[in-house]
Amino acid sequence: MKANVVEAVQDALRIALREDPACLVLGEDVGRNGGVFRATDGLQQEFGESRVLDTPLAESSIAGVGLGLAAAGMHPVCEIQFAGFLYITMNQIGSQVARLRLRTGGSLKAQMVIRAPYGGNVRTPDLHSDSFEAIYAHTPGIKVVLPATAYAAKGLLLAAIEDPDPVLFLEPMRIYRGYREEIPDGRYTVPLGQARVAREGVDVTLVAYGAAVGTALEAADALATEGVEAEVVDLQTVAPLDAETVLASVRKTGRAVVIHEAARPGGLGAEVSAVIQEGAFYSLEAPIERVTGWGTPYPFVQAEGLYVPSAARIAAAARRALSA
Amino acid sequence: MGYLRDAPDDWLPLRLVDQDGTPLLGAELPPHDTVLAIFRWMVFGRVFDQRMLSLQRQGRIGTIGSIRGQEASAAGLGVAMQGLDWLAGSYRELLTYMVHGVPAETLISLYRGGVPGPFPEGVRALPVQIVIGAQTPQAAGLGLALKLRQERAAVVACCGDGATSEGDFHEGVNFAGAHHLPVVFFVQNNGWAISVPRARQTASATIAQKAFAYGMPAAQVDGNDALAVYEVCREALERARRGDGPSLIEAVTYRLGPHTTSDDPTRYREETEVKAREAEDPLPRLRRYLEHAGIYEEGLQERLEEEARESMGKAVAVAEAVPPVTPEQVFDLTWAAETDGARRERERALRELREVGEL
Repeated sequence: MKANVVEAVQDALRIALREDPACLVLGEDVGRNGGVFRATDGLQQEFGESRVLDTPLAESSIAGVGLGLAAAGMHPVCEIQFAGFLYITMNQIGSQVARLRLRTGGSLKAQMVIRAPYGGNVRTPDLHSDSFEAIYAHTPGIKVVLPATAYAAKGLLLAAIEDPDPVLFLEPMRIYRGYREEIPDGRYTVPLGQARVAREGVDVTLVAYGAAVGTALEAADALATEGVEAEVVDLQTVAPLDAETVLASVRKTGRAVVIHEAARPGGLGAEVSAVIQEGAFYSLEAPIERVTGWGTPYPFVQAEGLYVPSAARIAAAARRALSA
Repeated sequence: MGYLRDAPDDWLPLRLVDQDGTPLLGAELPPHDTVLAIFRWMVFGRVFDQRMLSLQRQGRIGTIGSIRGQEASAAGLGVAMQGLDWLAGSYRELLTYMVHGVPAETLISLYRGGVPGPFPEGVRALPVQIVIGAQTPQAAGLGLALKLRQERAAVVACCGDGATSEGDFHEGVNFAGAHHLPVVFFVQNNGWAISVPRARQTASATIAQKAFAYGMPAAQVDGNDALAVYEVCREALERARRGDGPSLIEAVTYRLGPHTTSDDPTRYREETEVKAREAEDPLPRLRRYLEHAGIYEEGLQERLEEEARESMGKAVAVAEAVPPVTPEQVFDLTWAAETDGARRERERALRELREVGEL
């Protein structure tokens, strides 16, 4: 079937609801309205109000109710309408969901998924465009997954729903409807915790995830015209991080650029850079570059195009690494 | 039956047995074996509290909250629950956890800083909640699961008067109201949230009446009248199990002890207040009822105390025999499906400890 990212998400949810009687979808406007991005379009009509539930407008309770459902053996998929609202759920996710198994000595598990569209450059109102993955990567006990393609969105989401650990599934809003690609019909999974090489190269490694993978690939195209073969590593799961795939690439290229649109301080760029210098220090030919959002809150629409890393900034960082 | 109200009334807390142990006129009271079970658990709760306090003083457990004075609420609720019901409580409901089937040694392990569990197979309870009010929406989730699976069971979401100021409390109660879930919200209003009195938490005349705004009935009960607590919980739980929806119970009680072993209540409340409340201690009150009803056998309380001390002694021994938490256990319990990256983190942490002989 041909699908864009949001259609791939919807297809994964439909398959999970059809095949797993314990699975249910809940969130704000996910029912009759089909979600503000239509990720759950038609699901309530198909599966009924007991499987696809509109919740009151209260994000903390969406995550908390999810925990209760999971503790009782259900497999909830909770939608938070925008990742920008995830701060409200911080206690329920960071202190409760991520630690349920530990705090009950293994009596209870939180097999649940919390989905949220993340990221900017789509001219949303204020506070809708944040990338909070690093905050949750810093709360071990929950896996943090960000698909970069429609194929990955479906396969990773199906893997997340059947994974016994909780998963925060951040969907790149910017490429929700970017383009359609051919993806398999029916169930398939893409394993959690594994990065993939999105483009092979030998000169420099571009590490990215989510919507930034597409931008990194664009940068790689530009670099190719200069005779530079960049390898693009798509992390897919940022927590726990698949260090080996990153290290294998950097050991080959000797140069690394880490890209994310989240703010720079304390971001995953810092984590990935640390992992690289711990595991591939003697392969490095140049300092590790980071191309990220700024050390500011996510800015206004008029400045967001400059905040979100562009292919030009990524290519420039790669050139710096190559000339060091 | 019939203690829940759909609208505010004059809110005299429901009472079935007076301070002197006399049943109120026309009060329908539980059968004697139930009353004795509640009394036994209250005695156990009192002994548990004393023992935990002394273990803390001896440095054998960490900081713990006192439950003294609240045994009637905790035991009345616990005995009214059934095996298939879920308990979502906090550190003030340790006695309810034990009545519901969590062994004392499991809770002692928790306060020794160890892994609190696993709970025995089939005991339906969330972890003892520490973040105030966070269990409330979780309880709604449990209730939603019961409703969707059409299980004949209820969820009890416990909290204190302070927790009713939390956003999560309102979100959870509202969710249960909007989705008509089988949840009983049980609020122990013990007068104090550490140092802040009930009057500074809310301008509401009662906590019970908050339920009406969420579309569910409520009762305010004398939380030191164990039999009234039991009866109103039984009604609310049965209503939930029947599929008639959520309700809220405010049990008006008093925390005779400190908030925790780290708290000094003389900083914020008068000794005279505590002295006056000591006279309303729920334990001698239920004993007076037992005597009044002619079911108190000479020496019963002393015998139950002795039993409780013995069983606490065994529980402490079991808990103290549990080896300290290992780093491996922490990693094992963090992930059910460990990825390569998580395994790498585990190996790195263990290697670092081994290198310096700390493992």
